[in-house]
Amino acid sequence: MHSRRGDLTDPEFPQTTVDEGRYADGINEKEGAFGYMIRLENLSKIYRMGDNRVVALNNISLSINKGEFVAIMGPSGSGKSTLMNIIGCLDVPTEGKYYLDGRDITSYNQNQLAEVRNKKFGFVFQGFNLLPKLTALENVELPLIYAGVGAKKRREEAIRVLKMMGLGERIHHRPSELSGGQQQRVAIARALVNRPSVILADEPTGNLDSKSGMEIMQIFKELYSQGNTIILITHDINIARYARRMIMIRDGQIVSDEEVEMQ
Amino acid sequence: MNFTQAVKMAFSSILSNKMRSFLTMLGVIIGVTAVITLIALGQGSTMQVSRQIESLGTNLIIINITGGRNRSVTEKDLERIKNIPGVSEIAPVLSGGVTVKAGNKNTSSSLEATTPGYQQVRNRHVQLGRFLLQNDLDMRFRVAVVGVDVADELFGRRDIVGEKISINGVEFSIVGILEEKGSSIAGSDDNKVIIPLTTGQRLLGNTEVRTFYVSTQFPDVVNQVVGEIQRFLTRKFNDENSFRVFNQTQLLSTINEATTTLTMMLSGIAGISLLVGGIGIMNIMLVSVTERTREIGIRKAIGAKRRDILIQFLIESAVLSGLGGVLGIMLGFVGVSFLSRILNIPAAISADVVLLATGFSVAVGVIFGLYPASKAASLNPIDALRYE
Repeated sequence: MHSRRGDLTDPEFPQTTVDEGRYADGINEKEGAFGYMIRLENLSKIYRMGDNRVVALNNISLSINKGEFVAIMGPSGSGKSTLMNIIGCLDVPTEGKYYLDGRDITSYNQNQLAEVRNKKFGFVFQGFNLLPKLTALENVELPLIYAGVGAKKRREEAIRVLKMMGLGERIHHRPSELSGGQQQRVAIARALVNRPSVILADEPTGNLDSKSGMEIMQIFKELYSQGNTIILITHDINIARYARRMIMIRDGQIVSDEEVEMQ
Repeated sequence: MNFTQAVKMAFSSILSNKMRSFLTMLGVIIGVTAVITLIALGQGSTMQVSRQIESLGTNLIIINITGGRNRSVTEKDLERIKNIPGVSEIAPVLSGGVTVKAGNKNTSSSLEATTPGYQQVRNRHVQLGRFLLQNDLDMRFRVAVVGVDVADELFGRRDIVGEKISINGVEFSIVGILEEKGSSIAGSDDNKVIIPLTTGQRLLGNTEVRTFYVSTQFPDVVNQVVGEIQRFLTRKFNDENSFRVFNQTQLLSTINEATTTLTMMLSGIAGISLLVGGIGIMNIMLVSVTERTREIGIRKAIGAKRRDILIQFLIESAVLSGLGGVLGIMLGFVGVSFLSRILNIPAAISADVVLLATGFSVAVGVIFGLYPASKAASLNPIDALRYE
């Protein structure tokens, strides 16, 4: 059922330009034993609220390959956000295994997970989640600050991705001085600046008008065609259609997983 | 994340909320200002008192005979004391309050009848004319050396050598004017008239010398000489409570002890206000952490580690408190120069007090920032991101 995109030898493919030295702390780029970038095995997440047990994810197994564009769909309360949080290492599963690039990261501590988030994932949120007191440039520089990149390199990289997002003229604007679409493009720039393995987008068009939403989806499509791996969380079928693979979740379980025709 | 980046972030966060930052700093500002001012004034007055005492000479010993009316030392006793090893000079003194007149003006002044040795023992020299000579004593001359206050009061000028004054109705001629000394803890040293001992005995109707000054050759033999004098007088009067011996070193250390205790007490009180300032910082940092929960979530999502968040908030509170310390030091300089002028105390802010205050205020920031910062650092990223 999986869509398997094989040979991605496009020289523009961002993660292939990452030098290995940046992952010298034990997280390497090599694909793991299963050949998948992301592999979830029998994953469950159970919340305890007093005496109640809420099963958010129920025994989910899922593999995602490098270069895939996956939409995870489901109504609210289906567990899709929990799934995204776990994939994005913001949360840890109660049971099951999570292999990222072949490494079992379920045993990682908070600091290791922070490092994985910093180097492997780029987050795009529904509410943009930019820091309001920082300029566009400073917002985009943040992941590089935490990655320990020097000031000059940081600035260059941040300006490069902001230009890529068509925001070259607005790098010194604060979020409040930008439109919703522009803010989301700053957020995408921030997600891309660390050359992540996976871009995780949670309802990226949810707070935008339809025109800006379309523009943002075009950007994701473009990023996909450049070979980036994108995981999109949405409840909107029209947005999900931009992806090449659609995973439906209901009550914490995968109910369907199928390829989608390119629009 | 490196340190300079964190400091930059802390500054921009502090500047983005100026009024609140200022009010938070106020506690530390007041605390540091108080510490600086009180310590500077304390040290200044200690220095002033010490200098006054030292100007009397640290090798000076004062002996007062107490007890029975007929107890006194004779010329022979003084000769024996002068021969004690280490003694360089000795000066017996008869003193009393007198009324001094010149023309139609009069003033009350303190009289000391003594010997030429007084000049060296008490470190009092004349600025004009001469001091007493042995000949003045031998001949019981009615000559006087006067302090500048007496000169100013009676003549309105100081070049009065050769002028006549009457002391308790007896006419004296002025042979010298003492150097100006300023006032001390014992009152003005310039309102003084010095006459020959022998003349004074006749004037005051009293021949019993009950006070004398001894100076030693070196300050470090003072204790030894004091011991010898005590032994000698105990043997003479057969009573060790019949006299009192003071020396400047004793007095100096007693006063130093007292002022050090006072300074420590004052800085302790000031330290408490720093503590209160620190609590204010902790309070506002806790508010800030709550307000910025979402920011913390975002930072964590994009890769900030526990340590990064901890350092960010710690540096913020340290910078906040340190900045308050710097402002407090500046205000302290203003306060010290103002108060030292008003209270007429020479106060100087020493470098180590400034360093101490700076270090202390930064430390206050770190200590009181620790709890809020660790609270921020341990936030769960998902909960923090969801926080509205």
